[in-house]
Amino acid sequence: MEWAGLYNYWIVIFLMMAGLYVVIASGNLIKKMVGLNIFQASVFLLYITMGKVQGGTAPIIEEGIRVYSNPLPHVLILTAIVVGVATTALGLAIIVRINEAFGSIEEDDLEKPEEAS
Amino acid sequence: MISPHLPALQIVLPLLSAPVCVLLRRSILTYAVTVAICWLTFAIAVLLLQQVLASGPISYRLGGWAPPWGIEYRVDTVNAYVLLIVSAIGAIVITAARPTVEREVGEDVQYLFYTCALLCLAGMLGVTITGDAFNLFVFLEISSLSSYVLVSLRRDRRALTAAFHYLIFGTIGATFYLIGVGLLYQATGTLNIADLAVRVAGVTDSQSVRAAFAFMVVGIAIKAAVFPVHIWLPNAYAYAPSIVSALLAATATKVAIYVLLRVFLTIFGPVFAFSTMPLGEMLVALAVVAMFVGSAVAIFQEDVKRMLAYSSVAQIGYMILGIGLATSLGLTGGILHLFNHAVIKGGLFLVMACVFYRIGSVQLVDFAGLGRRMPWTMAAFVVGGLSLIGVPLTTGFVSKWYLILGALDKGWWWLAVLILLSSLLAVIYVWRVVEVAYFRAPPEAATRLEAPVSLLVPTWVLIAANIYFGIDTRVSVGVAKRAAEALMGVGA
Amino acid sequence: MSHHLIVRVVSKLLIPFILLFALYVQFHGDFGPGGGFQAGVIFASAFILYALVFGLDNARRVLPEWVTRAGIALGVLIYGGTGVVGILLGHNYLDYSPLGSTAPLGQHIGISVIEFGVGMTVASVMATIFLAFAGRNRDLFDLEE
Repeated sequence: MEWAGLYNYWIVIFLMMAGLYVVIASGNLIKKMVGLNIFQASVFLLYITMGKVQGGTAPIIEEGIRVYSNPLPHVLILTAIVVGVATTALGLAIIVRINEAFGSIEEDDLEKPEEAS
Repeated sequence: MISPHLPALQIVLPLLSAPVCVLLRRSILTYAVTVAICWLTFAIAVLLLQQVLASGPISYRLGGWAPPWGIEYRVDTVNAYVLLIVSAIGAIVITAARPTVEREVGEDVQYLFYTCALLCLAGMLGVTITGDAFNLFVFLEISSLSSYVLVSLRRDRRALTAAFHYLIFGTIGATFYLIGVGLLYQATGTLNIADLAVRVAGVTDSQSVRAAFAFMVVGIAIKAAVFPVHIWLPNAYAYAPSIVSALLAATATKVAIYVLLRVFLTIFGPVFAFSTMPLGEMLVALAVVAMFVGSAVAIFQEDVKRMLAYSSVAQIGYMILGIGLATSLGLTGGILHLFNHAVIKGGLFLVMACVFYRIGSVQLVDFAGLGRRMPWTMAAFVVGGLSLIGVPLTTGFVSKWYLILGALDKGWWWLAVLILLSSLLAVIYVWRVVEVAYFRAPPEAATRLEAPVSLLVPTWVLIAANIYFGIDTRVSVGVAKRAAEALMGVGA
Repeated sequence: MSHHLIVRVVSKLLIPFILLFALYVQFHGDFGPGGGFQAGVIFASAFILYALVFGLDNARRVLPEWVTRAGIALGVLIYGGTGVVGILLGHNYLDYSPLGSTAPLGQHIGISVIEFGVGMTVASVMATIFLAFAGRNRDLFDLEE
């Protein structure tokens, strides 16, 4: 039953593959963005999983506590989350403008005028 | 007092002048600030390279915390060289920005253009200078996010879809790199690149280190537009504002190639990358395909900017080829081509900026008779094109010469033949433009309209650099050689 | 949603406490979990709640566009400027030790100041993103077809 103890990694892998699949397979730009977010979230989980130390508590110095979880991956992933938010905001903003310029956010519709030009 | 802080100032100056630009808002003021800052960062890069060549690698501790715990900026021959390329191209290209930006970018968002250009520059310089694998990711995203914005700023709706695809690909690439860094951190417990290099050597048998290697290869390959994952590049370069095409083509992929070098040769080491993992063979195969497919597709483009973009895919192939050869001679060729291609493509895309500024189009049909209408601009194109092909006395020749030497050194004469053959393809697509520009009659009522001096001078500075570094190869080859030897672990 | 009486009253009651909580998270950040990122987002959420309930025009009156834009830029400048002060006082960039009489005190002051900058930028950015999407200004970008 070793694999069950690594359930968090299975979740990470599942989310990663699901997210990547949505990005590739979906023709709708918003859905692509959602897929990208799921993909990124899986990496956040991977980092947070890494920071866990068995039996460790929150990394605040207290008397009588010796084992702390590793705070570094959390700090790293806070930065990555901010990057993710910025990417999402920018992506959605571009989608809004695409919708205004093309009247559609379906990839199939967007490619037609490009080929014509 | 300032000189020990140069590594920090290299990044801090452009990074902090970006919010100043947001506060200033007036287009002309932000342009002035941006140009001043760009030339300052260039001066800093020159000083840094001098310091490194004189007294060896510099390490700067951010916040005074000692590595490997704190973030360290580490400048050695390799990245001092890349810093110089990026800041020089940035300064020259941004100086030329004003006229075309006024024409191509909406008036309300021009200050955002300069802000993003500064952020993009700061991000690329940061990627180059940092000695911390995670910090590298952060800077990579700063430069990428601002370049998505830059691409989307052009008043052409196709720029939007190009920017969106660039964003999707770029984010996937960066996230793959992030996964790789995470797996490495799990295996070694450190993020400092120098420290990683020591510790990875002890755990090369671990599956997670190999997985990290694979993730990082794919992630950075996307950012560098290595052949099968280059699809974002042609549209992004073709529909971006002219200045952005010049800036990104000359710097962004170069920085990604630098990351490739840094990750594979410094962190994983040449032995692991080329002997344990089959990276060399893989890169050579992809590079050869890129050289031929990129050039072949370029031949059939009707949009000259798109043609140059596809030729970039081919040229990136040459750089990857240099890395894939896995000898210090081949690597010298690769690193040299990094510099040369920056000068060539920077110059050629600035020529496109001149043409677009006057004609309002970069379609091949509209080039008819341009040789007479814009003599200086088209002369610049011819010189840049010759350099792209690799004619002797231009920079393009020098790096191809070293690549061929590297191939022959390994006994791969067929590779040398392939390099020559792919250069012939470059002759075809450059000739197509030259033929239309010089041997077709201009449309009726067309007058002579040379590009404005403020555009023409930076263009010719880059084009002249093509000739200068093609004849006097001491500086560029010398530094590239030292950089390659340092990376391969030979000599210094 | 301004015609829903209950929503209006409840959010009027809540908004001061949300702002207060944001300040608590901001300034308690050096003793426990918290800091500029979280505080900035909480602060902006109060503003977004206000905008949702009382409409964009009122929200714009509370926080005009130039305020949020200046907030974004100033926050970054505060962060980076604090680092530059370290250089001016003869230490490395982002080294806060010389800001106080002892190194830990200096770091304490430095971190409080930069977290203030972070909070300011994050709050302004969040408000800007919300307003940009909610009140999409159509004549800002004129596209050539």
